[in-house]
Amino acid sequence: MLRFTMRRLLQMIPTIIAVALLIFVIFSVVPGSFASSLMADGKTASDPELLARLNEQFGLDKPVYIRAWEYLSGLAHFDLGTSFRTREPVLDVINDRIWASLKLSIAAMVFAIVIGVPLGFIAALRPGSVLDSITMIGAVSGLSMPQFWLGLLLMYFFALVLGWLPSFGYGGGDLKYLILPAITLGVTPLALLARTTRAGVLEITNEDFIRTAHSKGMSNSRVIRWHLMRNVMVLVVTTIGLQFGSMMGQAVVIEKLFSWPGIGSLLIDSVSIRDIPVVQGTILVIVLWFLLINTFVDIIYAAIDPRIKQT
Amino acid sequence: MRRFNLNLWLGGVLTLLVITGAVFAGYLTSLDPVFDANLMHAEEAPNGQFWFGTDEQGRDVYTRVLYGAQISLTVGIVSQIINSIIGLSLGISAAYWGGWWDDFVNGLTNVMLAIPSLIFALAIMAVLGPGLPSLLIALGLTNWSWTCRIARSSTLSLKGQGYVQAAQTLGYSDIRIMATQLLPNMVGPILVISTLGIGSAVLAEAALSFLGLGIRPPFPSWGSMLTGARELIVVAPWAAVFPGLAIFITVLGFNLLGDGLRDYLDPHMRTRQ
Repeated sequence: MLRFTMRRLLQMIPTIIAVALLIFVIFSVVPGSFASSLMADGKTASDPELLARLNEQFGLDKPVYIRAWEYLSGLAHFDLGTSFRTREPVLDVINDRIWASLKLSIAAMVFAIVIGVPLGFIAALRPGSVLDSITMIGAVSGLSMPQFWLGLLLMYFFALVLGWLPSFGYGGGDLKYLILPAITLGVTPLALLARTTRAGVLEITNEDFIRTAHSKGMSNSRVIRWHLMRNVMVLVVTTIGLQFGSMMGQAVVIEKLFSWPGIGSLLIDSVSIRDIPVVQGTILVIVLWFLLINTFVDIIYAAIDPRIKQT
Repeated sequence: MRRFNLNLWLGGVLTLLVITGAVFAGYLTSLDPVFDANLMHAEEAPNGQFWFGTDEQGRDVYTRVLYGAQISLTVGIVSQIINSIIGLSLGISAAYWGGWWDDFVNGLTNVMLAIPSLIFALAIMAVLGPGLPSLLIALGLTNWSWTCRIARSSTLSLKGQGYVQAAQTLGYSDIRIMATQLLPNMVGPILVISTLGIGSAVLAEAALSFLGLGIRPPFPSWGSMLTGARELIVVAPWAAVFPGLAIFITVLGFNLLGDGLRDYLDPHMRTRQ
C-alpha cells in the first residue's frame, strides 16, 4: 500500500513539470509585457530607456529558454516567482487567498454530498416514480445551468428581495456570507452525484449477489446496508473526488460573481493587470490541487476495493 | 419495440428552437441589438413592445438575446469542430502508428486532462485578448482530450479487423485507411461526445464573456449581457433572467440531444429496452 501510494505520488511529477512548462510557454508569447502595459497608462510617454530598465528589473530581458529554466528550478524550491504588482513572493500572495477558496470548495462539496447522494439513492429505489423523474429532470437541469446565472438569481432573491443573506463579499469570515456562493458552486456536483448514485444503485440492484442475498431471506434494509451501499460507495467516492478536484477551477467565476477573496478572483484580477507570475502560480495551484485529489482518490479506491491491482 | 426516446426528441426540439432563433434573428425582430439604444425606454419591464424588457441603455433584451444565439452557436459549433478534428487526427494516428507518437499523444492528453479546460481557455484568452477569433482558438484547443481517447480506443479495436488488413494488403496509404476505413466506424460515439461538447463550449463562452475575457460589450453575447445585468439587478432583474434562460435552454438542448443520441446509437441500451 505504501509503495503504491509513493508510486502514484511520484507519477504526478512529470505531469506537473509538463503543465508548468506549458503554462510558462503560453505566457511568454504574450504580446506586450507587463512593463509595456505599465507604461501604456496614458501618462508615461513610451520611453524606450524606461521600458528597457523595467524589463531588466522584472527579468524580462533574458531569452525565453533561460527564463523557463529559472522558473522550473524555482518551482523545485517552491518558489513561484515574485508578483509584478506587489513585489511579494507569489507563494505568499496565494497563501493569503487559498484558505477562502478551500472554505468555499469544502462547503459546496458538503452541500452537494448531503443532498445529492441520498436523493440519487431514494430515486433509484423507486425507479419511474414521480420523485425519480423530478430528481432526474433536476439533475440534467443542474448540469445545463450556467452556475453564475443561478448565483445571480439566488443573490437577487435571497439577498435583495428577501434580505435574508448578504449579497456578496467575505464578511470577515462570517458564515452567512458563505451560504450563497457555496450553494451556487455546489449545484453542478450535486446534480452529478444524484445522477451517478442513481445509476450505480440501479446497476448493482440487478447483480446476482443482491438476488442471492434476497433469496436467502435477508431483510431489505440489511441488503441495502451490507451489499448495496458498500458497492455504490466506490462509485460515489470517485465522483466526489473528481468533482472536488475540479472545484477550484469552477470556483473562478463564482468567486468573481460574489467578490469572494479566493484564488479564483485573484486569478481574474491578475489576468486583467497582466501580473503574469501570479497568473501562472494560481493556475499551477489549481492544477496541483486537481492532481493531488485525483491521486488521493486512486489511493482510497485501491484501499476500499480489493479488486484493483496495486502493482 | 423501441421505447420512445424522450431525450432525443426534447433535445432536438430545443436545439432546433435555438438554431431557428439564431438564423432568423433578422426576421424575428426589427430592432438592432447594438445601435437601437433609446434612453427614453431604459430599464423598462417586459411589456407588449419589449417582450423581455430593456436594459440600461434602452436596448431591447429580446433582440439582444436572439442575436446572442448567433454568437453562442458559432462559438459552440466551430470550437467543437476544431476539437473534433484535433482529437480524431491525434487519436486515430496514435493508435494506428503506435510507437513514440502514441506515447507522445498519450502524454499530451494526460497533461490536457490535468488542466481544467475553463482555466486553460482562460489562460489562452488572457494571452490572445478578448474577441470571437480568440474564443474559437481558446475553446477549440482545450477540449479535445476525450474525443482523442475515444478515437484512440476505437482504432485499437478496429485495427485488427479483416477489412483494415485487406485495405493494407491492397496498398492503401495510411492516411487513406484512417480516413475511409477507421473514421466511418467511430462516427456514433464521436457524434455523441461532440454534441455534449457544444453544450460545454456554450457554457464556457458565457463564463469567459461574463468575466470580461470573451465577447466584449456592446456585442450581444449572453455572458457579457449578464455582466451588465449584475449591476442592474435591483432595478432591472429581467435583464439577468432572459440571457441566462437562453444559455440554459441551449445547453440543456445539446445535453439532452447528446444523451438521446447515446441511447439511440448504443446497441447495448437498445436490446435492454
